[in-house]
Amino acid sequence: MAEARPDPDQLLERVKAEEAREKRGRLRIFFGASAGVGKTYAMLEAARNMRASGTDVVVGYVEPHGRIETERLLEGLPRLPTLPVSYRGIVRQEFDLDAALARYPQILLVDELAHSNLVGGEPAPRHPKRWQDIEELLAAGVSIWTTVNVQHLESLNDLIYQTTGVRQRETLPDHVFDEADDIELIDLPPDDLIARLHAGKVYVGSQAGTAVERFFRKQNLMALREIALRRVADRVEAASRELPSDRAQARAARDRVLVAVGPDEQAEQLVRAGKRMADALDAEWTVVYVETPSLLRLSDEQRNRRIDELRLAESLGGESVTLDGPSAADALLEYAQTRHATRVIVGAPKRRGWRAWLRPSTATELARRARGFDLVLIASAGRTPPAARAASGPLPASPAIRWDRYAWAAGITAACTLVAWFMYPHFDLSNLVMIYLLGVTVAGLRLGRGPSALTALLSVATYDFFFVPPRYSFAVSDAQYVVTFAAFFTIALVIATLTASVRQQTRVAGARERRTALLYAMSRELSVTRGITNMAQVAVRHVAEVFQCRATVLLPDADGKLRYPTEPPLETSFRGADLAVAQWVADHGRRAGLGSDTLPAAHGLYVPLGDERRTVGVLAVLPDNPRRVLLPEQGHLLQTFASQVALAIERAHLAEIAVQSSLAAERETLRNTLLSSISHDLRTPLAVMAGAGSTLAQHGATLEEATRVSLARSIETTAHEMSELVSNVLDLVRLESGQVALRRDWQTLDDLVGSALTRYQERLAGYHVETRLPPDLPPVWVDATLIVQLLSNLFDNIAKYTPPGTHVTVSAVPAGDFVQLSVEDNGPGLPPGDPARLFDKFQRGSDEGTVVGVGLGLAIAQAIVRAHGGEIEAQRREDGGARFVFTLPATEEAPLTEAPATLAGARGTSP
Amino acid sequence: MHQVLVIEDEPGIRAVLRVLLTAEGYRCIEADTALRAEIEARSHKPDLLLVDLGLPDGDGLKVIRRVRAWSPVPIVVLSARTMEEQKVAALDAGADDYITKPFSAPELLARLRAALRRVTHATPSAVLRFGDVRVDLARRAARGADGEIHLTPLEYRVLGCLARQLGSIVMQRQLIREVWGPGREDDSRSLRVCIKNLRAKLEPDPRQPHYLITETGVGYRLRADEDAA
Repeated sequence: MAEARPDPDQLLERVKAEEAREKRGRLRIFFGASAGVGKTYAMLEAARNMRASGTDVVVGYVEPHGRIETERLLEGLPRLPTLPVSYRGIVRQEFDLDAALARYPQILLVDELAHSNLVGGEPAPRHPKRWQDIEELLAAGVSIWTTVNVQHLESLNDLIYQTTGVRQRETLPDHVFDEADDIELIDLPPDDLIARLHAGKVYVGSQAGTAVERFFRKQNLMALREIALRRVADRVEAASRELPSDRAQARAARDRVLVAVGPDEQAEQLVRAGKRMADALDAEWTVVYVETPSLLRLSDEQRNRRIDELRLAESLGGESVTLDGPSAADALLEYAQTRHATRVIVGAPKRRGWRAWLRPSTATELARRARGFDLVLIASAGRTPPAARAASGPLPASPAIRWDRYAWAAGITAACTLVAWFMYPHFDLSNLVMIYLLGVTVAGLRLGRGPSALTALLSVATYDFFFVPPRYSFAVSDAQYVVTFAAFFTIALVIATLTASVRQQTRVAGARERRTALLYAMSRELSVTRGITNMAQVAVRHVAEVFQCRATVLLPDADGKLRYPTEPPLETSFRGADLAVAQWVADHGRRAGLGSDTLPAAHGLYVPLGDERRTVGVLAVLPDNPRRVLLPEQGHLLQTFASQVALAIERAHLAEIAVQSSLAAERETLRNTLLSSISHDLRTPLAVMAGAGSTLAQHGATLEEATRVSLARSIETTAHEMSELVSNVLDLVRLESGQVALRRDWQTLDDLVGSALTRYQERLAGYHVETRLPPDLPPVWVDATLIVQLLSNLFDNIAKYTPPGTHVTVSAVPAGDFVQLSVEDNGPGLPPGDPARLFDKFQRGSDEGTVVGVGLGLAIAQAIVRAHGGEIEAQRREDGGARFVFTLPATEEAPLTEAPATLAGARGTSP
Repeated sequence: MHQVLVIEDEPGIRAVLRVLLTAEGYRCIEADTALRAEIEARSHKPDLLLVDLGLPDGDGLKVIRRVRAWSPVPIVVLSARTMEEQKVAALDAGADDYITKPFSAPELLARLRAALRRVTHATPSAVLRFGDVRVDLARRAARGADGEIHLTPLEYRVLGCLARQLGSIVMQRQLIREVWGPGREDDSRSLRVCIKNLRAKLEPDPRQPHYLITETGVGYRLRADEDAA
């Protein structure tokens, strides 16, 4: 069979995906080339038809823009109230997501999918973009009808800007468009549109008349129409191609497109080009940014632009990666090989002439060394995008120039001059240059690029002024000094540049290493931490330290609802985290809050622990400086920390489950042993009783008096033994289940030992029992019943396993906060093997059932001693026989777990 | 001939008790429910009640309280419940003694006799005998085989308190209250010391007490030799 059968897992996956799609609402987009083609109109008309056929259609948000036709269509359709949002002192009517979710219609109409919500408004929107609201509604199962203009599509944004010269601020990620269930193209010939515009039937917002004129030119409209038609055609083609089997095969031998971007203006263009190419090839694509030492010197503004590019790539459905390396080409080549990239997109080289020859650009370098992939060079668009981009976010002012460093530079030069001054009489003039070069090197290492360049310049100047004849003038008597100056200056500059970049690199490497070390430190601590709450505390401590923030880990309770930690908060705990936001994060497996797509106005950032399928908790972070977390590398690092924590918690969960199942298994074995033991130990005495009873009943009259009595006695004795057995089992169950609350009281050992001996009076009748209790023995703080039981069990052991005539000694000595008791005999001693095993349940001195008892006596004794905070152990006496030593507390605050030192010392006899 | 009301729902145990008690010369009345028990107690006016705590229509404790409300008749509990809390509860409810199942016949009979004696000899016997030792509570004098034994006033008071319920359990709290006064019930240390000293003076082998018995977790019982009564 050439055709491989479908993998059942894949089939299952597909079925699941389809099920999920069925539960999901359907998204229908009315798509047009520009404003004014009649999308809203078409949508409302379709809605009226739908409503007439009995479907529950509700208008969530439609901007009529005062158009009468639209207003008329709206009549008779139920409408959701809009939400007044105050924003910078103005109240605007916005779409109300919660009202829509509460109303839960079959179909909801929401105009303008690309709309941006008022993030700074009050009440704050849950998502910054309307499409995210829609996404939530779809996920909840509400079908959505909406409208989109072609120029709002993210990947076309750039193309349309080049075509029309107007840049759209509000963009829609392509995946939203691509994943829509239906696209309805609303088409209107450009001439008709222009006619409508002149008739005032097109709403053009507040744009100035000339801008409108420029946009609604015929060739613009034609171009837009073409783009829109092509986009829809692409979609139709993709849909026909997307047969499941084709798709599965295509994935195996897939193309991968790498887009290499730099910090220049072309980056955005490259990203969009990459997206278009990846779409055309149905390929996965990755945007790669290489952070080389030279790029580290860029201003924050430029670095932030790069962040924006990477964000753009992610919003277009691509993957974004930041690499580190000495040269961009090296890093890219290596990455392309490991990821098996088939195409690499870079900007065309911009350096020309000798500079290109001296330092080949990345593109040239790649072209020279490309193996296994095609290199695509994209020429620069040539047009500089408007600077208005800066308005897209709270970009920081470029860092203040560190004037103090320049002062230092001047200082260093002055110092060099001073040294040279003193050397002048004794040294050649050329050697003085060395002093200045030393100064430049120091400046390069300490002060950075600018100041060290200044040092170089000042050095040449002062050297000339103070030392080169004629002295104290910038004039030069000998022309050969010009060569000296030129060489001096070049060397100084090179040194300055090199040392400064080495310094920069060291700093970056140091920072990176520190981060790795921090991550490693947390992992290591987590790996030795037991228990989920402890792990959470470790995580909070580390995250707070690394990200300079307050943090908390919110874990779900048994019902999956997140709750605040119950243990006392740490100093760095983020108190007052918003549980509702956290719950949203846990349910959706996506981050929310500060700097994310969801609830960006929330107090703090909430990162899920785990992935979308299984979230084990939420890490909430309140940064001291919110900008830090907004940086993608910080974001990624935080994500890495979160994954580590999630892994650790997951591991703890699994460990807990494992412990529970092994406990269950142990309990199961225990129950089986117990049942078989008890059934044996109960049947034997029952047989005795039944036999004796029936004999008495049948032959009582003919039996001799003595025989009758002895039969009756055996019934009595075995009954008592059974009774003891039953109470032993019950006691052990109670002790082990922790149901026994100790009823402690001050007791004298004389009393306790006496009671136990009295209880065993008859059975120990043939034994020589001796008690050695010193008169000054302190009273013990114990539960009398349990201690009498413990002593009885030890006596019972003696009665069972030693022959009559054995000497038994009960003695006690004070030992610190405890009293140490020992019960010893000179009988046959302990069975071979580890004496500690005697305290296990169902252990008996001899294996076969000649002796009645389930082997619980010592287990109970141990449970009782431990419940009192003492220890018990069995020892072999040097001269034969067994000794049981245990401790009982003689103070009210006896430590509960620590055994006294004396017993620990005596432990040498047991392995 | 003493009448004993046996309140017990288990016919097997009732049968054994009937044989045992009849053989010892008691007249045996039986009741198998709490309701029946009260009726029998009122109509027959027995000299002693032997009560099981687990009854089909209610707790034996209830029977004890009801009967105690109108009669000082001795009540002995015979129960399979062995926890000391349960013993204390029964004694608190008004029982005079507590015997756990399984019981031995001589023990049961001895306790019954002790309980009955308390009624027949309303005033406690003034002279106690512990083997060779004789203690005259009224005159506060004790004498052993080797001559005079000195007991402290406190020890006489403890002994007196135990002797009033000779053969039956006296709860620790009650002992402390009667000897040391109210408000000191939790101070058991003095009592323990006192008992220890008493044993040293009275018991032939204080290590293995024969007369001054500890009812672990509940209290003490004084067991004087039978003929001392």
